[in-house]
Parts: sequence; structure tokens; C-alpha cells
Amino acid sequence: MSVVRVPPVLRTEAGGAREVEASGATVRELLEDLAVRVPALGEKVYASGAIQSFVNVYVDGEDVRTRDGLDTPVRETSTVILLPAMAGGCGR
Amino acid sequence: MVGRSLLDLIGSTPLVELTHIQPHGRRMLAKLEGQNPTGSIKDRIALAMVEAADLPPGAELLEPTSGNTGISLALVAKLKGLKLTCVMPANATPERRTLLELYGATIIESPGELGSNGAVQLAQEIAGRNSRYTMLFQYANDANPRAHYEGTGAEIADALPRVDALVAGLGTGGTLMGTGARLRDTFPDVQIVAAEPLPGDPVMGLRSLDDGYVPPILDVSKLDRKLLVSNAEAAAAVHRLVAQEGLFAGVSAGAVVHVARRIAEELPEGAVVVCVLADGGWKYLSAPFWSGEAIDDETLWW
Repeated sequence: MSVVRVPPVLRTEAGGAREVEASGATVRELLEDLAVRVPALGEKVYASGAIQSFVNVYVDGEDVRTRDGLDTPVRETSTVILLPAMAGGCGR
Repeated sequence: MVGRSLLDLIGSTPLVELTHIQPHGRRMLAKLEGQNPTGSIKDRIALAMVEAADLPPGAELLEPTSGNTGISLALVAKLKGLKLTCVMPANATPERRTLLELYGATIIESPGELGSNGAVQLAQEIAGRNSRYTMLFQYANDANPRAHYEGTGAEIADALPRVDALVAGLGTGGTLMGTGARLRDTFPDVQIVAAEPLPGDPVMGLRSLDDGYVPPILDVSKLDRKLLVSNAEAAAAVHRLVAQEGLFAGVSAGAVVHVARRIAEELPEGAVVVCVLADGGWKYLSAPFWSGEAIDDETLWW
């Protein structure tokens, strides 16, 4: 099982949880598993076989869009981070 | 060099080797953008965007900014006879506000908890209602990456016979897109690597995912790597830069060096990694982490 960190904007869909668990050897398998375990969260992140455009998915700190996308490997020990797309520039 | 105005002194920043931080057998070269006239890389894009807009004297600019771009635009506006209003998050550091006011800019505050997204939204609303404002809008202005293609990237390509990787901070995407494209012209196999801030919960104040924002000038498919950097990692690298290299740099510079070292370790012996250090540490002096205090996750520092 990998840990999936949930950003504040998606916690309602995760029943308030900051972290959930999901399993899969690739990002695709993991997101499909997530959609079964936490359907409301899953559909916000992953729909029609693609990661939603305003969501970034990171495996061990690296954006999967610059790795192998949905085929990026995930390990049991991996931390997966979901983040909303944000404008750059510091917030203070 | 003798400039006719400070605008002539923008760009042509030096590179310095990080001899104490680079891994054995690899070179890490830092491009010191803090040496621009207002102390950041944003001087380049402010000048390029204003010149591309070709505005009449007295025209009024409006820009969402967390600081550096506003300060750069304030200098350029002053020297070109334009007015500037900045929309910035209410919790911006006092150094930034003071500098903006000294340069003569007007400040409109956006809700601090909404961060840069909030400033962008508010600026767009204000510009939509008031036709007197010209919003150069760094997130969507082609002059932003072009300034880096013609300036930052060309300077690096002219200075170095080999570049294996470019590492820069991800904000608007302008530095990475423009510098990266120019370096690819000369070094086709160069890796373009983005260092991205890992935001803590309090700064992700979006009301819904639809408030998300991807800058139009950013094409993620042009990046080879995109790595998150925590505040703690960036602060540790900032401390290391000043302790080991004597280089007093900003937080995003710390993040860039953190990522650059990791990339340099992955590359073969002889590799050259260029790190773009966007600003110096001056505008962050009021931040708590210089004294060794633990850095919080509650602030997005770049």
C-alpha cells in the first residue's frame, strides 16, 4: 500500500482525511484503486483514463507528467502527493 | 560599463561555480540573477514586457505579483514614465511592500490565504472593470519567456562549452521555457529541470479545484523533470550557500540548488549543471529561518 497525501481542497471528497491509502504498481493502477476505495476523490483526480488538468500527481516528489505519466512506477514505500495546480510566486 | 540608465544594466549576470556544494567530478554553476538592478531575475521580463507593450507615457499598469515582478515593474515604469498598481497577497513580507512603495507603486491587497491565485483573480477582475489599466500579466505574456530566450539562455550558451542540465524555479514558467528553449538550440540533449515549491496546507487556500491555475506560457511537456522541494530543504540549501560559498541567496535559489545537486549526482562525471538563482536573500531578511529557527510549512516563499 502506498500513502496518498490529499490537499485541503480535496479533503471533503476524502471524508476529511489528510492521507489515504491505495495500491498499484503504476500510477494508473494506483488511481484506479483509489477510485474504488474513495470514489468521490478518485473521480476528481482521474477521469476518462487521464489525470484531471488542474491536478498534479507526484510520486516521491516528482511530477509524473515529466516521468512516464500514468505508467510511472509506484513502490509500496512510495508517497504519492496530489496537489492542485497553483499560480507561481510566493503567497506572502 | 557605463549605462545611460539602470535599464541598460539589466541582464548579463555572472556565473559562479559552487565548488563546495557540487558533487565530485561534476560542475554546478550558479547564474546570479540577484545582481540585476532591483535584485532579481524579474528585471529582465519587466523590461521586455513593457517594451513589447509600447505604451504612451502616463499609461497605467496593473499586475498581480507577490513581490519581485512588482518591484522590477516599478523600476521600469518609473524610468519610462508609466504608473504601476500591484495586486499582492496581504501577507507579503514587509520588505517587498516597502520597496514597492519607495519605487512609487500603488498596492492593492488580495486575500493572503488565497496566495498568488487570489492576486491573479483580483487583478483580472479589476482590469476587467477599468479599461484604463494595462495588465502585462507575466503568466501569459510571450515577452516573459522571450526575455529569457534572448537574454538568460543566450548568455549561458555563450559562456559555456557544455551544459547537461538547467535547473530553475517554477513560477510563471518563463525562466524555464525561455532559457530552456535557447539552451536546447545549442545543447540538444540538455535536461530542463523545474524546482517547484511544496505548499503547506495553509497556502493551498483554493475554494475548489476549478480555482487551479496553469500559466498559459508554461508547457509542462517541455520540462524533462519537475521536482517538489519542501521549505525545510530550500532553507537548508540557503544556509549551505551562504556558509560554504558565501552566497546570500533567496529561498527559491535554495530550492534550485537542492534539486541541482541531486541532478548533478545522477549525471556522469564531467557533467555541467547550470542553476538559475532568481534573487538574493535581502527581501527575506524578516523571515524566521536565518537564525536557525525551523521553517514552517505555512508559507510559500516563492
